Amino acid sequence: MQSHSPLNFAGADSPAGHDRRAIGFGGVVSPLVGEMAGRPEGAFIGRSATVLSCTNNFTPSLLLVPSMPRRLLGLLLVLPALGVIALLFILPLVMSAIGAFQLDGGWGLGNFTKSIDLYAKDIVFTLGIVSLSTALIGAGAIAIGGYLTLGAHPVAVSILRFLYRWPMFIPFIVVGQILRTFLAKNGMMNNTAVSLGLMTPLDAMSFLDWRGIVIAFVWKQTPFVALLVAGAMASVNREGIEAAVNLGASRLRILFEIIVPQVITTLSVGLILSFVTMMSVLSVPLMINAQSPTMLTADIAFRVNAYGDYGVANALGLISLLLASSVAWIYLKISMKERA
Amino acid sequence: MGAFRPSLSVLWWVPRGIIFGLMAFFIFGPLFNMLLWTVTEKWYFPHALPLEYGFSAWKRVFEPRGGALESLGNSLVVAVLTVAVSLALAVPAGYALARLKLPLRSLILLAFLIPQAFPNLTVYVNVARIFYEIGLNGTIAGVVLVHVSHGLVYAVWIATAAFSAIDVELEQAARSIGAGAFRAFRDITLPLAAPGLLASAIFVFLESLDEFTGSYFVGAPDVNMLPLLLYTAGSGGNYQVASITALLLLVPSLIFMLIVERFLKADVLSRVGR
Repeated sequence: MQSHSPLNFAGADSPAGHDRRAIGFGGVVSPLVGEMAGRPEGAFIGRSATVLSCTNNFTPSLLLVPSMPRRLLGLLLVLPALGVIALLFILPLVMSAIGAFQLDGGWGLGNFTKSIDLYAKDIVFTLGIVSLSTALIGAGAIAIGGYLTLGAHPVAVSILRFLYRWPMFIPFIVVGQILRTFLAKNGMMNNTAVSLGLMTPLDAMSFLDWRGIVIAFVWKQTPFVALLVAGAMASVNREGIEAAVNLGASRLRILFEIIVPQVITTLSVGLILSFVTMMSVLSVPLMINAQSPTMLTADIAFRVNAYGDYGVANALGLISLLLASSVAWIYLKISMKERA
Repeated sequence: MGAFRPSLSVLWWVPRGIIFGLMAFFIFGPLFNMLLWTVTEKWYFPHALPLEYGFSAWKRVFEPRGGALESLGNSLVVAVLTVAVSLALAVPAGYALARLKLPLRSLILLAFLIPQAFPNLTVYVNVARIFYEIGLNGTIAGVVLVHVSHGLVYAVWIATAAFSAIDVELEQAARSIGAGAFRAFRDITLPLAAPGLLASAIFVFLESLDEFTGSYFVGAPDVNMLPLLLYTAGSGGNYQVASITALLLLVPSLIFMLIVERFLKADVLSRVGR
């Protein structure tokens, strides 16, 4: 720790009772914001800035912590990134929401009644597939993360650590392609089962329907959530776990009563990211199961490509938007409650 | 009792072996299947393995009219530019979200999730309409912008986590011995956050390489990308070309998978999304 001595007089030894985070930034902001606001720096000292006296003579005797300008600088730093989202996503999203109500001769709900008439089954199908996949991904991620954290045998743990991550970075379109050849009636899965004598070629069936989509989603997304969850589990305090072990608690109980509650935020972030990703993936349903019933993304692409029917496509987009945003809303409520 | 222990712990390898064996089959089976297809000349039902092997599909893919080289080049250029633009936006934003008290902080964090949270198909249709008006449709820049909007959630969330995992006092120490604000950021905070930022760059890069929908509506047919080539070949039933393209997309993914854990430490991971 070379930085130990300056660290001490700047942070720990300075008078208590002020926001430490503010110190590092105090001097940065005030000149900058002072210039921007077109007034001399000194004007800030008496007004919005908090004046901190420092015990050490090495440092400038005044550290300025203006609270409003710091917020302004923060917003300025975030603004370009937010702007990209606003222009490239929210604006077209609003356009598609408006387009959903646009009919040939004016405005109305015609696109929605048509969507429900034609695709009600696909809406239920999509929600069912994505929910089932999310549940399986969550279970898989907890199992993998739990074994990596609590596994008794170091060799078994390192085998699992080596195995589980492979599908994570494989692009969805590649997942669709390789699982299409793997799960087909004459694919490698059935061929292996036949050559092991587990079944006859006549029993072989294709998994290229809703099961294929679920398998593809779980295959691709479980490692991602497991990586997040395992990382969070690794930073859980070991003392509580060891105390529970000493008291004779089973590892399953330790996992569900001590570890999972502590990583629930990370787990839900991972699952929500997966949920919304699966809601928007076009390539997997197109490549694995494009027949009816299929997922909404395939329907939207079909409406646009085959009929140029932007009205119904936009309405279907708005429907899946509502499904996805209800999940994001749940996350928001949970995280708000946690911070409160 | 003592004599049973060793044999019992050896017995544990039976369920472990079955589970790990099944996992390995379901993870590597599809990948192995794809590798077989890349060198297949002839393969039909009910044969478990190809009847003839050869590299004629590789020759077809890489000859000038095959389009693979053009698609590969476009995909790489777009991915690198997407990473550059995303990081340029995400580093200041992540720093602000980690260190400065922002009003509505969790709403701002959530805003970056929007492109991942909403079905982007209809959005890209409308983006293509806007881009057509301003002449960005069918250009590399247009595709990069679409990919940036999609990858920003990884860039911003991981950058935020990386910055908030750094001890504030290190920065304060640099400031108190006279470093300017920018210098403290450049010499202390940025190097410490670099592994996390590199991890976010990897996520953005792969997200761009993977992206299919946006490239299709904004890029095609002027800007050909690898996923597009894969999709066309696959739906045309040409599994050899599709598998070779899939392999080209896979290699960077697997390399990054092997190195990403070095950059994405537990202290950063546990802060993602907070």
